[in-house]
Amino acid sequence: MEEEIMKSKAPFENTAIWMKKNLFSTPVNTAISLIVICLLISFLGPFIQWLVFDSVGLGTAQDCREASGACLVFIKEKFDFIIFGFYPRTELWRPISSMILFLSFIWWSKEPKRWNKRLLWRWLKLILLIALLMRGGLFGIAPVSLDKWGGLPLTLLLSFFGLLFSYPIGILLALARRGNLPLIKIMSITYIELIRGVPMISLLFMASVMFPLFLPEGITFPKLLRAQIAIIMFMSAYMAEVVRGGLMAIDKGQYEAADALGLNYWQKQIKIILPQALKIVIPPTVNTSIGMFKDTSLVVIIALSDLLMTTKTALKDPKWLGFSVEAYLFVGLIYFVFCYSMSRYSNRLEREFSYGAHS
Amino acid sequence: MNFWYDPKKRAILFQIVILAMTAIFVGTLFYNTQENLESQNIATGFGFLKQEAGFGISETMIDYRSSDTYWRALKVGFLNTLKVGMIGNFLALALGIIVGIMRLSPNWMLSKISQNFIEVVRNIPLLLQLLFWYSLFTEVLPQVKEALNPFYGVFISQRGVNYPILLDHSIWPWVKASFVFGIIFFFFISRRIRLKREQTGQLIKRWPYALVLIVLLPLAVWLIGGAPWSWQFPTLGRFNFEGGAEVTPEFLALMVGLIIYTAAFNAEIVRAGILSVSKGQWEAASSLGLNYFQSLRFIILPQSFRVAIPPLTSQILNLIKNSSLAVAIGFPDFVAVANTTMNQTGQAIEGVLLIMMVYLFFSLLSSLFMNLYHKRISLQSHS
Repeated sequence: MEEEIMKSKAPFENTAIWMKKNLFSTPVNTAISLIVICLLISFLGPFIQWLVFDSVGLGTAQDCREASGACLVFIKEKFDFIIFGFYPRTELWRPISSMILFLSFIWWSKEPKRWNKRLLWRWLKLILLIALLMRGGLFGIAPVSLDKWGGLPLTLLLSFFGLLFSYPIGILLALARRGNLPLIKIMSITYIELIRGVPMISLLFMASVMFPLFLPEGITFPKLLRAQIAIIMFMSAYMAEVVRGGLMAIDKGQYEAADALGLNYWQKQIKIILPQALKIVIPPTVNTSIGMFKDTSLVVIIALSDLLMTTKTALKDPKWLGFSVEAYLFVGLIYFVFCYSMSRYSNRLEREFSYGAHS
Repeated sequence: MNFWYDPKKRAILFQIVILAMTAIFVGTLFYNTQENLESQNIATGFGFLKQEAGFGISETMIDYRSSDTYWRALKVGFLNTLKVGMIGNFLALALGIIVGIMRLSPNWMLSKISQNFIEVVRNIPLLLQLLFWYSLFTEVLPQVKEALNPFYGVFISQRGVNYPILLDHSIWPWVKASFVFGIIFFFFISRRIRLKREQTGQLIKRWPYALVLIVLLPLAVWLIGGAPWSWQFPTLGRFNFEGGAEVTPEFLALMVGLIIYTAAFNAEIVRAGILSVSKGQWEAASSLGLNYFQSLRFIILPQSFRVAIPPLTSQILNLIKNSSLAVAIGFPDFVAVANTTMNQTGQAIEGVLLIMMVYLFFSLLSSLFMNLYHKRISLQSHS
């Protein structure tokens, strides 16, 4: 009814009605609105002035220092380095095409209707292709060693493999925790609670200083792999808790029905319980993945050249000292775009699945 | 043959196999570690804690010199973590509740601003935010010579915030003691008042007691002591401010970053909590004649906390765990001190173990407190 009235009036009048209703309904509301407008102008004004009107888009570091605005030249100058790290300049087409392939494939497989076994095979092929592209050494592509990889590809790599391995490990841990084998249950609980109780940094320290001690003499792992293992160890504990939430939401009747059909433990879990449980927890799984994507930035502390580390390195260039705010805002924007689109996606899935749910 | 068809026996065998595999795995790691440590001549055990640390710590709550032991250095780091955790969580909760309520405000602009605040803050890594704040405080703020001076005696510069402190006087400990006593005593009195109100319905005002116990009592002690009122102001020395007290940019950046980040998560939890309270409660409150803020304060928030306490607990723990990122901006928290210790002594295993133990202690402590609180406020019986 209200909307019909709104439609019948002139557009400007609609705005006025809307403003009256949402901003100036009571004296208190009016006061709040006015204060907020003043604050917005006094904060955003100088910021836009700094970012847009006073900014330096062309020139040298000297021009930037003399101007009062943001130094966009710095971003332009260091763009390649921040995004790709120490990857050889002449070979940049390889990480670029890998990332385009990777991201467009993620885009393609985000639709729930495409989730089937063939998708898994396609992913496997894609990973092999990307590995070949990045690593080189075959078909006349020059080899690039692992320690040259950096920037955004590295961040994506750490998150992707982190997710890929921590998800199944998390499922196993959750099953162990929910199961009725006391010894296994205790081991799983200990692992999950221990990992969740400590900060991720301590695991990364462990990866960088303790893993080498664990291995017999002469065998060494690259640091990247050690950090990746630490991330997987960390994330599996969180994934386990997410999956456990799903397992707990499954009706007891489903277990009983599976038992009545004479399925054994693994048949029961794989064919009946997990498909339902994992579907329920898809939104929190995506949220945990967002957390993991953000947490990969912690590898800075053990000096791996991920996106944040390349930014920090770029800032140490003596020619370009003192433009941290610009650099961090730029990298923050990159992280935001990734995390925000994931969280929108999570919201979408939540809506879609809640329609399909019974009761 | 029979053995394999008995699920119970099979389960036992399975568990033994898994346990044995884990034991072999851990044992191999342990053996390798022993070998490696021996060949590198690294001593094991916590004996190193008694050695001289030999490094300085920029911010300490207890006396510390670089000639003190590692044990003392770690204690300094521990106290710093504790300080960050307590102040940070208090402010993050307060800000989170404010933003969460703003998010549900009938005012469109307020609600949109807090929504955007939450989205932006939650979707950027905390470490990046900490580095951003740190660079803002150390690069964008003016140099010491041109420090901002917003209030008399307070200076803000790249070296942090310098502010005046009261000079020592023998009466100040007594003033503090009477203040603490006043708060404790007021707590008991308000408990008595509440019990009485619940029994008799008699309404007794509480604020006069608060005024007398918390304000007038310390004031009287201060007057009796001769009313000392001399301040020590920070003055510009050759390189930095001298005198007064200071808040370092490291601490400031850590606090601002942690508080904003955690507050955004807390706000979402508070919002979900408020939304979980049924609409009838709002209607009942307004039919009792309560206005918006009264309904929130007395009816809605207390009920929403029942839902919000468990996730808030994990945010409290997250803040404490996240404070370990201080190592990236040079604030000497426990992890930073332990890291320096590990680098100097090579006692990596002991260092990592200490870090894990300290954070597990924090985890257990806060979940204990929050569980007690949760038990107290949760519904006694479901009618």
